[in-house]
Amino acid sequence: MPNYTITVNNESRTINVDSDTPLLWVLRDELNLVGTKFGCGIAQCGACTVHIGGVAMRSCSLPISSIEGEKITTIEGLSEDGSHPVQEAWKEIDVPQCGYCQSGQMMTASAFLKDNPNPTEEEIRQAMHGNICRCASYNRIEKAVKVASEKMT
Amino acid sequence: MSTQNTTNLSRRNFIKTSALASGGLLIGFNLFQACKPEAKMPVDIASLNFNDFNAFIRISDEGYVTIFSPNPEIGQGVKTSMPMIIAEELNVSWDMVNVTQGALDTKNFQRQVAGGSQSIRFGWDALRKTGATARQMLINAAAAKWGVDPATCTAENGVISNANGDKIGYGEVVKEAAVLEVPEDITLKDPKDYKIIGTDAVNVDIDKIVTGKPLFGLDYKAEGMVYASVLRPPSFGKKLKSFDATKAKQVNGVIDVVRIGEKLKAIENQAKGFTRITDKVAVVATSTWAAMKGKKALEAVWEDEARLENTVDHDVELFSILDGKKFDTRREDGNVKKAFATADKVIERTYESPFLPHNCMEPMNFYADVKADKIHLVGPVQTPQWAAGMIAAAYKVKPDQIHLEMTRMGGGFGRRLYGDFVLEAAEISYAVKKPVKVVFSREDDMAAGTYRPAIKYRIKAALKDGKVNGYYLKEAAINGNMYGLIPNFFPAGCIPNYKVDTGNYKSTMTTGAWRAPYTNFLAFAEQSFFKELADELGRDHPELILELLQNVKGTKDKRIQYSGERMEETINLVLSKSNWGKAPEGTFQGFAAYYSHNTHVAEVAEVVMEKGMPKVKKVTVAVDCGIVVNPTGAINQIQGGAIDGIGHAMYGNLTFKEGVPQARNFDKYRLIRMQETPQVDVHFVKNTKSPTGLGEPGLPPAGGAVANAIEAAMGKRIYKQPFISELKPESSILG
Repeated sequence: MPNYTITVNNESRTINVDSDTPLLWVLRDELNLVGTKFGCGIAQCGACTVHIGGVAMRSCSLPISSIEGEKITTIEGLSEDGSHPVQEAWKEIDVPQCGYCQSGQMMTASAFLKDNPNPTEEEIRQAMHGNICRCASYNRIEKAVKVASEKMT
Repeated sequence: MSTQNTTNLSRRNFIKTSALASGGLLIGFNLFQACKPEAKMPVDIASLNFNDFNAFIRISDEGYVTIFSPNPEIGQGVKTSMPMIIAEELNVSWDMVNVTQGALDTKNFQRQVAGGSQSIRFGWDALRKTGATARQMLINAAAAKWGVDPATCTAENGVISNANGDKIGYGEVVKEAAVLEVPEDITLKDPKDYKIIGTDAVNVDIDKIVTGKPLFGLDYKAEGMVYASVLRPPSFGKKLKSFDATKAKQVNGVIDVVRIGEKLKAIENQAKGFTRITDKVAVVATSTWAAMKGKKALEAVWEDEARLENTVDHDVELFSILDGKKFDTRREDGNVKKAFATADKVIERTYESPFLPHNCMEPMNFYADVKADKIHLVGPVQTPQWAAGMIAAAYKVKPDQIHLEMTRMGGGFGRRLYGDFVLEAAEISYAVKKPVKVVFSREDDMAAGTYRPAIKYRIKAALKDGKVNGYYLKEAAINGNMYGLIPNFFPAGCIPNYKVDTGNYKSTMTTGAWRAPYTNFLAFAEQSFFKELADELGRDHPELILELLQNVKGTKDKRIQYSGERMEETINLVLSKSNWGKAPEGTFQGFAAYYSHNTHVAEVAEVVMEKGMPKVKKVTVAVDCGIVVNPTGAINQIQGGAIDGIGHAMYGNLTFKEGVPQARNFDKYRLIRMQETPQVDVHFVKNTKSPTGLGEPGLPPAGGAVANAIEAAMGKRIYKQPFISELKPESSILG
């Protein structure tokens, strides 16, 4: 099995796995970063969302061989102490029910707000449309993205 | 029901205290015995030790309070709200409380279950009494220290005061309190004095959730643990004949491939009905990905063992039940036959629903380490006792040789009531002699469901002199029928001639409880039907319901489950908060009210037309659940329940061809997403009645309210879920 080197949360990591291993399972099983969740495995639900070079991507559908050398941020690295405006907003609004999808939701929201720090309601709904919340905490996700945007500007 | 009273703690023996070696006080109580009205006293009190208790309060010398929350947390919020109730009566501030998930008490198999929205309702008295008992013991200890009458002392924020102005912290008297007699008479607080109950407490796991800390079953790891992916029969009606593991074993990381099923067969009588008794092939590997890849490389041969059912077959079977005469009568009032024979007009409609998978975001998974003398189980399951009981039977061990820990669950919705995944994990661990985590792929999860089965209702009403004089509901369902309370929900007691009949078709599909079983669809059928009756009678829909409710007020019929008075108040609240009947031009309202799981809910949906398709913009909800323990959690449950109800009514649909589920992942199975969600505005009826649950009751009325709003907008009545299939032709005409 080949070696791959990626930077995860500002740390260089070398992993020895099959080339088709999705980043999701590298993070969860090899690097013990379990905040990134497995939901569907086909990039449909967004639970596995991470940032690659600052862009929100679905880690379940990215083979490790396709991201050699990339800079990856996971929920564990979004901030040092849970103080990213998105994390603060999620706490303030008390968003989660079961909480399983929320790291993916927050990774989508944080990448989106970096590009569009002052979004309209419709832009928020569009940006978050790809992430499923089975508990349907959608009203609060929407509100928390708005609150996070206010904290950032 | 009064909540403020001096109560004789008749079940004092369910509470036991102890001084901790490390300092502090531990109070143990068996919540599930204490809150069961029919609970029996343990035979020999002296023989009990702390293993006999499944819920604890620990107070440290510093006065910090740890509450071990016994019930499984599936997103319904009990890990936050149940400890709040204890903390309220204990008179400590919420920020001094730390909450930890308790493990399963394997010695006392009682109600350690997340299901039926019953945790808060059953726990209310026991949790309050436990907190109040601890408070009184601390006060008694302080009073003894001061040499004063305990009645002259008070406790607030973890500090006890006496009439002389002396003050002492809980942490300073815990040692003395721990050895005191458990007081017989304790005083519960008056709801007007509540400081924690009724205030917002953020989810106790929030910091871990927002920073991605390990919390869920899928996140659990143990030394030497391997991963397993299981190949199950591809269709209902087929079974494993043989398999070739050569290619699977060539996959990097694959350790072993084993056939499982023997242990399941050994407990067939207990396990059948909620899981398939069938052989499977497990691929065991050093990583999840390797296990999944290994499974794909397996070559298996399947053979028929039963009829390969199709959705069209189900339709035929269910219609033949509705058209036939083989029914069980579940409730009958008055003379239904006569009511229909003498009616001015009879209206009859049929409502249809499909199979639904649960689709918890966290796919099914479980950890098991099966050794000859000890079995360790960890993961997300709504029924830990059931799972432990099955495992004890299958492996012939005593319950205390099983240690089952519950993780936070990435959703439940009923799916995790059925611990088939626990049995699988254990059998694989037993076979490979290693600790194993079994992980379902999404495809596994959707194809090996315990589905909400397809159900059809036929409802008939007899109208006479402008009134609903007769009502006859027939249910045709798969594998099971409505539970016994449902025939006593609305409109039972409101209509003089009333009958509920049920009929059943036995299918090879595995079916089970799905959030708000039966009512998740029945409420839509019933409330759509009443809208049609109201239109026929030239009446406003909620006005007709309110008029009918007058007939059940003060009923002496003990079987009636709901309250006419409470439902009326709930409906009036939603009508006023939604500005019912005063919607702006282009906005169309629909109403539905439904009682389930001991909670009364009324909803008004607002729909606008966009490009020929209805769009739900807003839902106003009124809820009577008694005292609202944690408003922020309560609102979240109701918002989620309403949107979940709309999502599944609108899009939910799982069909079968030759026994094979036709959707296996979210590319083919549609769940509601952000842009389809309305804003949900939640209001609670204010009262001081004992609290009831909120996990399920918000869901049932949502589909009916939306269907009625769509009817108002488009003039099209919907009789079948998913709505989207009914709306498509219309949209091409309008769009």
